[in-house]
Amino acid sequence: MAASGSILPLTLRDAGFAAGGRSIIEGVSAEVAAGPTTIILGANGAGKSVLMRLMHGLLQPTSGVVAWRGQGAERLRRGQAMVFQRPIMLRRSALANILYALELARIPAAERGRQAMDALREVGLAEVAHRPARVLSGGEQQRLALARAWALHPEVLFLDEPTANLDPGATREIENVIKAFDASGTKIVMSTHNLGQARRLGDEVLFIHQGRLVERAPVDTFFRQPASAEAAAFIKGELPWT
Amino acid sequence: MDLMRILLTLSLCLAFPVAAQQRFITVASTTSTEQSGLFKHLLPLFEKKAGIQVRVVALGTGQSLDMAKRGDADVVFVHAKPLEERFVAEGYGVQRFEVMYNDFVLVGPKSDPAKVAGGKDIVTAFQKVKAAQAPFASRGDKSGTHFAELELWNAAGIDIAKDKGPWYRDTGSGMGPTLNTASGMNAYALTDRGTWLSFKNRGELVISVEGDRRLFNQYGVILVHPAKHPHVKKEMGQTFIEWIVSPDGQKAIADYKIGGEQLFFPNAK
Amino acid sequence: MSTLGEIVALSLAVSLSAVLLATLLGLPLGAAIAVGRFPGRRVLIVLLNALMGLPPVVVGLLVYLLLSRAGPLGELGLLFTPRAMVIAQTILVLPIIAALCRQSVEDAWVEYEEQLRSLGAHGLHAALTLVWDIRFSLVTAVLAGLGRALAEVGAVIIVGGNIDGVTRVMTTTIALETSKGDLPLALSLGLVLIALVIALNAAAHLIKEAAQRRYG
Repeated sequence: MAASGSILPLTLRDAGFAAGGRSIIEGVSAEVAAGPTTIILGANGAGKSVLMRLMHGLLQPTSGVVAWRGQGAERLRRGQAMVFQRPIMLRRSALANILYALELARIPAAERGRQAMDALREVGLAEVAHRPARVLSGGEQQRLALARAWALHPEVLFLDEPTANLDPGATREIENVIKAFDASGTKIVMSTHNLGQARRLGDEVLFIHQGRLVERAPVDTFFRQPASAEAAAFIKGELPWT
Repeated sequence: MDLMRILLTLSLCLAFPVAAQQRFITVASTTSTEQSGLFKHLLPLFEKKAGIQVRVVALGTGQSLDMAKRGDADVVFVHAKPLEERFVAEGYGVQRFEVMYNDFVLVGPKSDPAKVAGGKDIVTAFQKVKAAQAPFASRGDKSGTHFAELELWNAAGIDIAKDKGPWYRDTGSGMGPTLNTASGMNAYALTDRGTWLSFKNRGELVISVEGDRRLFNQYGVILVHPAKHPHVKKEMGQTFIEWIVSPDGQKAIADYKIGGEQLFFPNAK
Repeated sequence: MSTLGEIVALSLAVSLSAVLLATLLGLPLGAAIAVGRFPGRRVLIVLLNALMGLPPVVVGLLVYLLLSRAGPLGELGLLFTPRAMVIAQTILVLPIIAALCRQSVEDAWVEYEEQLRSLGAHGLHAALTLVWDIRFSLVTAVLAGLGRALAEVGAVIIVGGNIDGVTRVMTTTIALETSKGDLPLALSLGLVLIALVIALNAAAHLIKEAAQRRYG
């Protein structure tokens, strides 16, 4: 999606994050390249959310380095978008929420309306464009969050357990949009503890256990033949139908 | 953000057009004069004649003179001769002119515990009040009235600062509140006739002693000295002073009555 | 000479102007403190909360000393004018609006922070976006300020001088009439003042409810 000079790959070198005397992420080294959908997998409390925020830049590592390719904070910001577990919307219409994001991205005013409506159409929310965002259902609001990210045409899209609070129907709708993102060339980095979802959407898995990157493998390999004992225990612990 | 800037500018502009259009002077006077209603009667006459608005800030005498010393008034109009003469002597005022006098009266409860009612001698009355230890409400606020009261205790041979007891209540407030206190406590109090006539919360209080020459209360008017405060509106201030001591002004003062009774007696020379 | 209508109108004009100014200054101030992180921030918050209880008569005295001819701003000739009263009341109301806004924005920031920062909104811009988003709950803060302004007498009587026809407002008139012993008149004015404050509160409550229904 970025015209010249991609911000990928993202390089983590011995990255760590500690707060309140406790270490939450420790010694993570990895290169996240363009292409495959990367799933960050792990149990609750393993540190997935913190790792995502370190990558996205919402948190600064307390040790080690998190570095994107190329300089310029502006380009870095515009190259990424993030969707959270709970969609956060302003008390405005669905359309206005997207317009707000476009304004922040310094898209010229004349362009904003069209791009926002395009994004809404992409996720199937065009009819509710003028409804207050906060009265939409949970699934619709999450789709709106994705539309907002879509309008920004990011190079990398982070998703932090995007369907954890949704029913199966809404979950499927969200997964379809994520697939559309992937098809359009956006790099997907997503955390989940839903194994079925990981298999459906992911190409590779980064498995986090107690704050450390314990295993990294293509999706099939990871589930058929996990190399580490922790990964095997994790896969067994989680029931396959979730 | 632009909306905010517009609102800010708008509110600053609209918050009252500058008063410079209107010609006015600021007169520092006393609460008792204000409360007597004299200004409501007097000032419109002057304003119509001279086209100058008179803005009266009514405080205690001490405060009024202080305010004028700071340069926050153009003219002072109070009733405390020694303080006024000192004001001029210290260079804060140009010249003192006598304007009018009113009188004080001693009010007290109808039951008259000190047995002073109907008397014509204020000094004796004060002595009797102390002897009977009858409740007495004093202004205690360094006002002209307060000074007059202190002078009378002096004349009665009483060192009130030393000899006061629980019967003597120092309210530290204006004439109205002091009368409220006196009314509530059934106490004696020294008050100017003007405030008394328009005071509506009398309770059981009536006039106990009046008419003694020592109860007369002289008013003076002084222009604040432009040498000390160059911004003083000296021409307009002078116009006001000249009017108030002129036959027109003096007649206006004499014409002010409450319930048919004249409050102030013009005596400009 | 001041009629009842002029007295009520002046009270409203002075207090509404002061609240408007205090809101324009206080909302960004409160929001900035809410999202900012700088040394001494906690001390500033405690100070701001404490200033909510500034005694009106003290504010009146300080502004009087500032605006008096003998004071630093005497040249402006603002003493004993409605403008001086607006200035004094603005100073009185500003901490209330800023402190309450800071609290509301800080609470909302917990919810919004990550998403706003992810979208690239930082610092004051993000804070003001929040202020606009929670504007209807900020009505409470503004009302608290307005109530304080309409009800106080200490500040306006010192800087305004309670001049008949020029700077006489409801509270100073009540004080005057009480000291003249005209209690029935003072009481009626007091009831007018109370009725006004109740009406303003009711209106704001209705606005809040309507907005809640519309925007969720």
